[in-house]
Amino acid sequence: MTRETKSREPLVHISRRGAMPWWRAWLVRAGAIALALAVCALLCILVTGTNPLDIGRTVFEASFKTSRKFWVMLHSVAILLCISLAVTPAFRMRFWNVGGEGQALMGCLASAACMILLRDSLPNWAIIVCMVLASCLAGAIWGFLPAFFKANWNTNETLFTLMMNYIATQLVAFFCVVWENPRGSGQIGIINQRAPYTQLGWLPVVGGNKYLLNVIIVGVLCVLMFLYLSFSKHGFELSVVGESENTAHYLGIKVKRVIIRTMVLSGALCGLTGLLLTGGNDHTLTTTLVGGRGFTAVMVSWLAKFNPLWMILASFLLVFLERGAGDISTNFGLNASFSDILTGIILFFIIGSEFFITYRVSFRRHGGHRKEAIAK
Amino acid sequence: MDRGTPAVSLRNISKRFGQVQANSHIDLDIYRGEILALLGENGSGKTTLMNMLSGIYFPDEGTIAIDGRKVMIDSPRTAIELGIGMIHQHFKLVDVLTAAENIELGLKGKLNLQQATRKIREISDAYGFDVDPQQKIYDMSVSQKQTVEILKVLYRGADILILDEPTAVLTPQETEKLFRVLRNMRDDGKAIVIITHKMHEVLSLSDRVAVLRRGEYVGDMITAETTAQDMTNRMVGHSVTLNIERPEPVDPKPRIKVSGLTVLSDTGVPKLENVSFTAYSGEILGIAGIAGSGQKELLEAIAGLQAVSAGSIAYIEDDGACEELIGKDPLEIQHMGVALSFVPEDRLGMGLVGSMDLDENMMLRTYRSGALPVTDRKLPHQIAQKVVDELEVATPSLHTPVRNLSGGNVQKVLVGREITSAPKVLLTAYAVRGLDINSSYMIYDLLNQQKKKGVAVVYVGEDLDVLLELADRILVLCGGKISGILPGRSATKDEIGLMMTRVGGGAEKNDA
Repeated sequence: MTRETKSREPLVHISRRGAMPWWRAWLVRAGAIALALAVCALLCILVTGTNPLDIGRTVFEASFKTSRKFWVMLHSVAILLCISLAVTPAFRMRFWNVGGEGQALMGCLASAACMILLRDSLPNWAIIVCMVLASCLAGAIWGFLPAFFKANWNTNETLFTLMMNYIATQLVAFFCVVWENPRGSGQIGIINQRAPYTQLGWLPVVGGNKYLLNVIIVGVLCVLMFLYLSFSKHGFELSVVGESENTAHYLGIKVKRVIIRTMVLSGALCGLTGLLLTGGNDHTLTTTLVGGRGFTAVMVSWLAKFNPLWMILASFLLVFLERGAGDISTNFGLNASFSDILTGIILFFIIGSEFFITYRVSFRRHGGHRKEAIAK
Repeated sequence: MDRGTPAVSLRNISKRFGQVQANSHIDLDIYRGEILALLGENGSGKTTLMNMLSGIYFPDEGTIAIDGRKVMIDSPRTAIELGIGMIHQHFKLVDVLTAAENIELGLKGKLNLQQATRKIREISDAYGFDVDPQQKIYDMSVSQKQTVEILKVLYRGADILILDEPTAVLTPQETEKLFRVLRNMRDDGKAIVIITHKMHEVLSLSDRVAVLRRGEYVGDMITAETTAQDMTNRMVGHSVTLNIERPEPVDPKPRIKVSGLTVLSDTGVPKLENVSFTAYSGEILGIAGIAGSGQKELLEAIAGLQAVSAGSIAYIEDDGACEELIGKDPLEIQHMGVALSFVPEDRLGMGLVGSMDLDENMMLRTYRSGALPVTDRKLPHQIAQKVVDELEVATPSLHTPVRNLSGGNVQKVLVGREITSAPKVLLTAYAVRGLDINSSYMIYDLLNQQKKKGVAVVYVGEDLDVLLELADRILVLCGGKISGILPGRSATKDEIGLMMTRVGGGAEKNDA
């Protein structure tokens, strides 16, 4: 009879937990990382026959062995963090801006344009001021367009921002040819490298370290963003809009204005990241200058649950893993995909651990239930 | 009293959600040929308990036996196979399909609509349902939709029926019809459990009452041997007074004058047609009507949240000065002293943000204060503390997200916040929706206090008995038109019921 066969407690059932004390949540996360490392080590031994400790050391050394490596790592963290900070206000508003890549690239384009077009007519400081304004403006326009359409006609912001990325890439590709240097190469080399334009429009070097200025700027932005989101009226409004548009209307919040305002801010900050790249560090313009960090930023923002301070940790983790992965493939002669697999495993465990923090999984407890049911 | 083997026998059932113990060691028997009313305040665990019976949740502890045989109900499908059917508060029907198609939906085997229609007719005739199997759901009234839901579980062979607050959306006449059907089913030997808050329904319908309090089983009583007062006392755990005060309005002055108000929906269907009335200071104007008769649009139009196609809404000051509200934005209207506390079906959709804590929800109203771009957190904290203290909101702390509070407490937070802004006009809709007795009376008391302060209170309610006890005048809406305005002290329930379904109610009495 069907009733007997059904009379069995389910093997696993999942229920939502109440709040977990913070230290236990962190214990779970630490456990997840330990477990991830163990799986990675096992995989190394089984698949490649290398000593996992050697691999671990390589990963660590990729970021910390020399002072140069350390600063390069820190700078990468800063750039990734900057884009992550930029997309976060939009995310808090439940506006899924996956256009950070394009918005940042537009910032790069605007900076490069200023460096190239204004170098004959303006002094260095004026060029830099123009670059700051232009890059923010370019990013802001790229943020404004999808927000305007979303606010007025409720278009899908994910698709819209994604498409804007391609337009930005194509624009940059076009200008790379327009401003090619040397002629015929189809590329822009280092901009303003030689006299008479030596280092015009390059952001100044602070403290004798060419990475330091960018790191400081992003550090300050991070604190400002934290304050903006947590304590400002704007920050409060955008959370309300994100949580419930109905409630926002009811409270007299101008929802359209908040959507547009927030995305303009988000885009402008992405544009500023473009400035830090083109004006601050790379002094060039290519279609791959942002290098997918506009998308990685989405992950950083989510991993940190939209909290700017946790984003420091999240972007460090991702950059640390990525750099380590790169060195593994060169040092051990392994396929580059292998390091991607390791990164994937680690992220899988970290993201997966959040499930166990939110939910409780209980297994069938007493076999007695089942036997009883069958016996009847 | 020997009633044979119980159809359902729950033993030692416990269920916990995070830190909340929803059910704790509950023993309950349900018998065939009996209507059992399950009573309890909000958050006392009635719905959780029934959800475990219908396979939606799985108990942490305890056993369930059907007809004396121990079973494991691990999914709604198993529950249906065991003959348990639950009719939820929110209907789960596909609008564009017919009744028969909806009933057939999800069943295994070949689709034979003709046969299904025949079987549905048989069931309908047997119990006195009034439904056309070929009718599309979108053409149906709320009560017809509910009928389809009941037919759905009967069609699947259910002989143990659970109804979760089935009368919340029905008119008195429809409720009577439902009760007749339920009695027929009981006489046919089915076991029926009804979850409700309305005492008079428990008294008129049920054979036995089981009471839960804070997740624990308090006991059961034979309905004929108990009184509303006794049941309430057991439910609340101490004795409460079941009288709503209705002081005479003192010095009523016109405050809001609505004339010729017409509101169209997005698709051009009239939601309100030529509505005119005046709300006075120091009185409670009750608004009655079937759900969706334009109550929401009316309040939202006054609060500036709804686009209006014709008419005017004037706000009248004490000195007689008039100001038109249409065209003003919600914020301006709020500043003029019009507060709206609308409790939508999901309770949180409007007015509160579920993921925010009490402080932040108070801040929703106050965050604009101060010239700095930084929010002031002290004031909302004080307001939150005040609301929690004065209205006895049960919350672990002021930093608990409101979505984790029980329904009653969420509503207290919302109404409490609206009142602290010292409004001149207080618009409330469904302020006691889904609330238990104790909290409901507290809300009525709050409204009366506002009335005594000279506030013009507009109260949209579902429970006619309450409207008749609380309101000074009752405006009845029917399909977006005013069906009539009756004096609250002399109107009868039947009169209002008729006016809800037909403009003018067939009666000549039109204005108070």
